[in-house]
Amino acid sequence: MAQGPTPAAARPEAPAPTAAPKPAPTPASVAPRTDARRAPSRPAAAGEEMTGAQSIVRSLEEVGAEVVFGIPGGAILPTYDPLMDSTRLRHILVRHEQGGGHAAQGYAHATGRVGVTMATSGPGATNLVTPIADANMDSIPLVAITGQVAESLIGTDGFQEADIVGITMPITKHSYLVTDPAEIPRTIAEAFHIASTGRPGPVLVDIAKSAMQSTAPFSWPQDVHLPGYHPVTKPHSKQIREAARLLASSRRPVLYVGGGVVRADAAAELRRLVDLSGAAVVTTLMARGAVPDTHPQNLGMPGMHGTVPAVAALQKADLIVSLGARFDDRVTGKLSSFAPHAAIVHADIDPAEIGKNRDVDVPIVGHLKEVLADLVPELEREHAAHGKPDVEAWWHQIDDWRETYPLGYTEPDDGHLAPQYVISRLGELAGPEAIYAAGVGQHQMWAAQFIRYEHPRTWINSGGLGTMGFSIPAAMGAKVGRPDATVWAIDGDGCFQMTNQELATCTINEIPIKVALINNSSLGMVRQWQTLFYDMRYSNTDLHTGHGTRRVPDFVKLADAYGCEGIRVESAGEVDAAIKRAMEIDDRPVVVDFTVSRDAMVWPMVAAGVSNDDIQYARGISPAWDRED
Amino acid sequence: MSRHTLSVLVENKPGVLTRVAGLFARRAFNIHSLAVGPTEHDEISRITVVVDVEDRPLEQVTKQLNKLVNVIKIVELDPAASVQRELLLVKVRADGASRTGVLEVVNLFRAKVVDVVPDAVTVEATGTAEKLDALLGALEPYASARS
Repeated sequence: MAQGPTPAAARPEAPAPTAAPKPAPTPASVAPRTDARRAPSRPAAAGEEMTGAQSIVRSLEEVGAEVVFGIPGGAILPTYDPLMDSTRLRHILVRHEQGGGHAAQGYAHATGRVGVTMATSGPGATNLVTPIADANMDSIPLVAITGQVAESLIGTDGFQEADIVGITMPITKHSYLVTDPAEIPRTIAEAFHIASTGRPGPVLVDIAKSAMQSTAPFSWPQDVHLPGYHPVTKPHSKQIREAARLLASSRRPVLYVGGGVVRADAAAELRRLVDLSGAAVVTTLMARGAVPDTHPQNLGMPGMHGTVPAVAALQKADLIVSLGARFDDRVTGKLSSFAPHAAIVHADIDPAEIGKNRDVDVPIVGHLKEVLADLVPELEREHAAHGKPDVEAWWHQIDDWRETYPLGYTEPDDGHLAPQYVISRLGELAGPEAIYAAGVGQHQMWAAQFIRYEHPRTWINSGGLGTMGFSIPAAMGAKVGRPDATVWAIDGDGCFQMTNQELATCTINEIPIKVALINNSSLGMVRQWQTLFYDMRYSNTDLHTGHGTRRVPDFVKLADAYGCEGIRVESAGEVDAAIKRAMEIDDRPVVVDFTVSRDAMVWPMVAAGVSNDDIQYARGISPAWDRED
Repeated sequence: MSRHTLSVLVENKPGVLTRVAGLFARRAFNIHSLAVGPTEHDEISRITVVVDVEDRPLEQVTKQLNKLVNVIKIVELDPAASVQRELLLVKVRADGASRTGVLEVVNLFRAKVVDVVPDAVTVEATGTAEKLDALLGALEPYASARS
């Protein structure tokens, strides 16, 4: 987040000459949301001569984009002129490009549609690096459109020039530099196709200002032709049969469900496999909600802060069926001791994920909707031929773990509010129809643990990259995409201070998100590690925002300054009333500053780099595995 | 470590070599040699890249390469079923005293002299890496020319 000194006015540049005087401006945000979003606003008059800037706006309309989160600046200025006249595109002026990028991610995550963000060259583009990297790690369909300096200036270290294609090459699914206005429609069509198909991801389209200002005939491509891009969606039937055979004979099966199930919108298909197989299910941080938490087979989240039953089930399994998960180090712990007895079926749309970390017995490349649709009847056939496997002993063991090691927490010694209590109550009162968007840290883990998710796309967080500051803009984007849903940002005081400027965007654009600020006056997760591994030497983790501090800033005053409702909660007795009051307010954003104990820690925990077998249920308490072995 | 030769067909577009080379660097693979050239189709180029890598990481890097949108096809060239040659151009000091010796080595290796200046010759040779290493060894006593 640290940024070096920049000139006071980094963005504005001398305005470019624009084509023709425009009618009186109306806010670009007036475009009504319509469900018929695929229909272009105007008939496609092929060959109509227009500027590259007009072509960008027209292409976004043609591809079905509804919302653009962005900020203008010199090199993208020509595009903002025709954007003003678009009745189909709603542009939301964010306060920082990173906020625009995360908002587009939140929108994409909540809706399944491609999120669009727009920024100018140089600093505008480099501010998008974090959201692009985040979208790349979490497979979020994102198209970032950046202005680039004029073609004649490229390579000269021109004002606000940055080689953003080069900078983002390792963190994009694909990228383009466009210098010819005739290439704009095809490029934008390809960008949306690549972002949204196969394993979704971010695509950068960097367009030279000179291409925006010169003209070309507009021609929208009827189809995209990419000779090197053919994602495999149909799984191999032999591998499906082999997976079914293993599932039908396994005595200790676990379905390891990852975010790919959410991206593939395959929750309904997965539900049939869960019910048919009788297997235990674990839902990773990216997959919370893919299987309802109320489902009796769902053991919750595996991994570093997973539930003991979920972690133990993976360790003791004889078969793991991975569905859209990637054996991330936060799930496996020390890889060499992960699930030592398990055969692995690994289904993913990305062939490079299969076998990347863990050797695989049955590889399945395909779209999870199709994989699951094929696997269910195949498993039914196996059951019909050989009977259902006996998993009773397995469930007996799992139930024993569940009974002995349920998720829980102890009340803090300092008498302050337990953050886990706040988040539990929020989940109860806001319910499973609400959308929850978290930042990164302790509050994120508690939100993943203590809220019951019943639907996919109701839990939004930054999993792979772990981007602090994700939640406020992501919640904003989710609320724009799902205006009828209640959207709660669950944020920490550290995260909140990285991106809270987007509350201004929320207030001005009437995007009434609600913020549950889990304010422990510190960088809580780092502080937890300092408590556990650095001899309680709290180096640079005190933020002075909570109990007994000067409260810099005072989050209630800050909320007020942004035109939001600010509520402070300091005791358990005030929690429910504050949440209910927040839910009654729908004409502006609400920030509830829950000042909580800073000593609360996230448990269970598998310390970094150690075996999952060494999970600690609470500090110094490890399950006695030998009892079951 | 073992040596593998990958023949990568790519779209002939700006920046493709950077994407391929960057991917090798990012996944911590060392490129031994790399050549890019046109194919019979204008829109397609061929990158031939030789890497030192174990089999399993090679599979991972091949899969990652395949994910690049501009990469059309990757084939690993089996040494037994492919023809692999290196081309060497070497400038050797060859003045009056040593020129005969140098030319003798050149003839023995079926190389040829492609340029002569008063105190040096430039030798061109093609062959396997082993043969060219042997040629360089034989020329070593005469030492390369400075310029």
